[in-house]
This record gives sequence, C-alpha cells and structure tokens, in this order.
Amino acid sequence: MLAVVGTIPEQKFPLIAGKVTLNGNRICIKGEKVDVNRGTPALLAAAVKTGEMLGQSELFGYLVGDIGLGDGSRRLYEYLSRNLEHLNFSAITFHYLQPDVDWHNRVLFAVEKMAKRPVLIADAGFMYAAKMSGQSQEYDLFTSDIGELAFLADETAPHPFYTRGFILHEENRVPDLITRAYEHNNASLSLLVKGEKDYLANRQGIQATVNGYMENAMEAIGGTGDTLTGIASALAGAGMDISKAAIIAAKANRLAGYYARPTPATQVIEIIRHIPGALEEILQEKK
Amino acid sequence: MSFFEFLKPKKDKKSPESDQDRGILVFEHTSEVIRAESVLKESGWEIRVMGPPPEIQSGCDLVIEFPLIEELKIIRILKEAGVVPREIVPVNSPLLKPVNLFHIKDFGRHLMVRAANMKLTIDKDTKIIVNISGGGCPDVPYLAREMVGRSLEDAPRPREIGHTLCGYALELAFEEINRQCLQ
Repeated sequence: MLAVVGTIPEQKFPLIAGKVTLNGNRICIKGEKVDVNRGTPALLAAAVKTGEMLGQSELFGYLVGDIGLGDGSRRLYEYLSRNLEHLNFSAITFHYLQPDVDWHNRVLFAVEKMAKRPVLIADAGFMYAAKMSGQSQEYDLFTSDIGELAFLADETAPHPFYTRGFILHEENRVPDLITRAYEHNNASLSLLVKGEKDYLANRQGIQATVNGYMENAMEAIGGTGDTLTGIASALAGAGMDISKAAIIAAKANRLAGYYARPTPATQVIEIIRHIPGALEEILQEKK
Repeated sequence: MSFFEFLKPKKDKKSPESDQDRGILVFEHTSEVIRAESVLKESGWEIRVMGPPPEIQSGCDLVIEFPLIEELKIIRILKEAGVVPREIVPVNSPLLKPVNLFHIKDFGRHLMVRAANMKLTIDKDTKIIVNISGGGCPDVPYLAREMVGRSLEDAPRPREIGHTLCGYALELAFEEINRQCLQ
C-alpha cells in the first residue's frame, strides 16, 4: 500500500493517520473532509484516481494542518520518527512539509529501521530537506520542476530561494542541470523533471523524455506537479518499477491536461477529473 | 540636535555593504524576518535579507544582515516593535543571496511571473490572480487559497500572511507583477 505524508493548509487540521478516499471534490480521512486544490490534497486525489484505475483503492495518509509556521510539520515529523519503523508500506511519498534537515534525518532513520524498505518518493518541501541533508541518493524518485532542478543542481543552495543566478540562467539547459545535480549527489536514484518536455534521468544520464500533448498553460496551473507525483506514487505503490511508473505518470498527466483544454486560469481539479481516462489510454498503449 | 550634527552627511545609518563587521539577526520564523525587515527599513536602516551561513541553516531560513556596531540601536527598535530575534550572530563569511531573477511569460490574456520556485498568474484585464503554482513549503497552498480569485489590489500580500521562503519568493513575484502592470 502507498502512504502519503503531507500537510493541509488549515491551522486547526489535526494530525491524522488513516485511509484516504475521494468524495467528489473533497478528500476524506477519518471523518475530516478537505477541498482538493493544490498541494497534498491534489496529490492524494490523483493517487486515489490512479489507484481506482488499477483496482487498488487502498491509500494511507499521514496529514496535519500547517500554514507555514512549521508547527504541524514538526508534530508529523515527530510522529513518523516514532512510528514508521513498525509499519509496512510498498511506497511512501513525502510532500509539502516544512523543510527541516534535522527532522528529515530522524524520519529517514526510522525508515531505515522498517522491516521492508519501501520505495521512497519525495517532492516539495521534503525534497528540499532531503537535498540539503546530503542524502538524496536514499530516495528512489524526486519529482521536480525546472526551477527545483536548478536548486538541486546548485550544491550551495539550501532552498530554491537561494539558487545562484548563473545556474538559473541555464534553465533551458536541462541536461546540464541534471548532470550537475548528480555530480554533487543532489538527485535521487531516478529523477523526474516536469517542464515543456518531461525528463526521466538517473546517474547515467537522461533515460527518457516525454513531449507529447504539450499544453503551455500547465506551467501556470497550481497542482499539476502534485498530480504528476500522485500518479507516479500510486503506480509505484502498486508495485510498478519506479522508472516505468514515472514515465507513465508523465504521459498520463500531460494527456489529462490536454483533455482539460486548459487556460492559465484552469484549476487543478479540472485536470484530475481526466486522469482515469488519460491513464487508461496510456496503459492501453503500453499493452 | 546641534548645528554641526545637522551638517553631518545624512547617511549616518550604514549599509551592511560598507562594514567589515556584520552580524545577522536570526528569528524563529520567516514571517518574523519579514516583519523585522519592514520595521527596520521604515526606520531608515539599510539592512539586507539574506540566507544564513551553513552552520545555522535548518532548511527554510532567512536572516537579516546588519552592521554589528549598530546592534544596540537595532535591537531597541525591534523590541519596541515586538519582534525580537532569537539569536544575534557575527559573520565573516559571505552569505547566500536571495534569488533576484524573474521569468515573465505572456499567455496573451494572462501574465505569469516566476521568482525562484514560485509562479503567480493574473488575468491582464481584470488583474485578478488566477493561479499560484510552484513552491514546496506548507504556506504555498494556504497562500493560494487566500489569494487566487482576488485582484492584486484586494488580495492579501504574501509578506503579510506567508511564513516561509516560498512565501517570500511569492512576495517578490507579487511585487514584480505589480511593476509589470504599471508599465
């Protein structure tokens, strides 16, 4: 089963560990309901839709309210560091959490004590902490956009906010940035980069690119990276090889975007609705 | 004030660039840094918001660099404003500079500005914020919920309700898109 660790943008949302379902435009966990917008709710919604397509609807969430003060994230980090070692998941995706290297390390230490090591996926704030900790190679997949790739490529930057200008200037040279990220051990075993073209890379270099169904507006739409991570996570959680999961997720996310006929004002829920159809089409192509 | 004081060059309040001995003010949250920055700039201090040195980085940090010799005055101003730093540290090594590059993308009816990892998109006619994307800190979905669907004029500023570096980056994108709209 896949577990997703993330935050809800409501200060009072309690720390909850439980099965996640999707009811219309809201995710449900232990009686709490949250609107699907961007962030972890968007990732969860995409993962639920993908799980349904695969006939695997079980999805576990570790969620807490945090509006950026970091208090909720720290409670969740603390909870995970105490409890993870006793749990069993096929994959764990870490998402919007306040980047904190010390807490990241404690959580990773707890993962290492698990009886069976799950596939580890990191995105958003937790990916920032993973990179800064110098332990990126402990992760099976990072899902970044171009700006975050520049951050991974900058060995001195503790956050994308400090990415040096000369590296940002190279953003249209994605292959060079990927090489630089691996040279400094700041990328995961596999790396999925979302952009005009999506790239799947590893230490040996670029393994695949996905460039069909290009919709320019997708870059402006908040949550399209979260849906990509959600699809890839659900596929990996169902046992698919991480590289294959990443490529299928990239294709399905782009196709779902294409079917939504997006403008820069489109909201991500409109794209999520098209994930099952897009995924079915991509999986059929593969057969 | 004496007559001779009046004749002194007005730039008595030094910028960190001009000083050998610099210090940094470390706060609990980025939102406190933003408040302290506003207070000090309103009081005429030429301080800089920077990244902390590696030994005190935790992952989502922002500090204020200031001339160490002015510590007492600066702390007094901050205490009066109710925003007290957690720590004051002298620094000798170069600090990280916040990103200062903006990417502008014109979609026709919509305009997107990206600062670091944060993207803000508006409808050019109505000036309504239609999307916020990018970022990874937990205030990003919160900021998006509070800002999307509101005009640039009516929306709360990221510097007022944000708490992290992603929130600060969104503030820079917000300022830049306002600047673009005025052109």
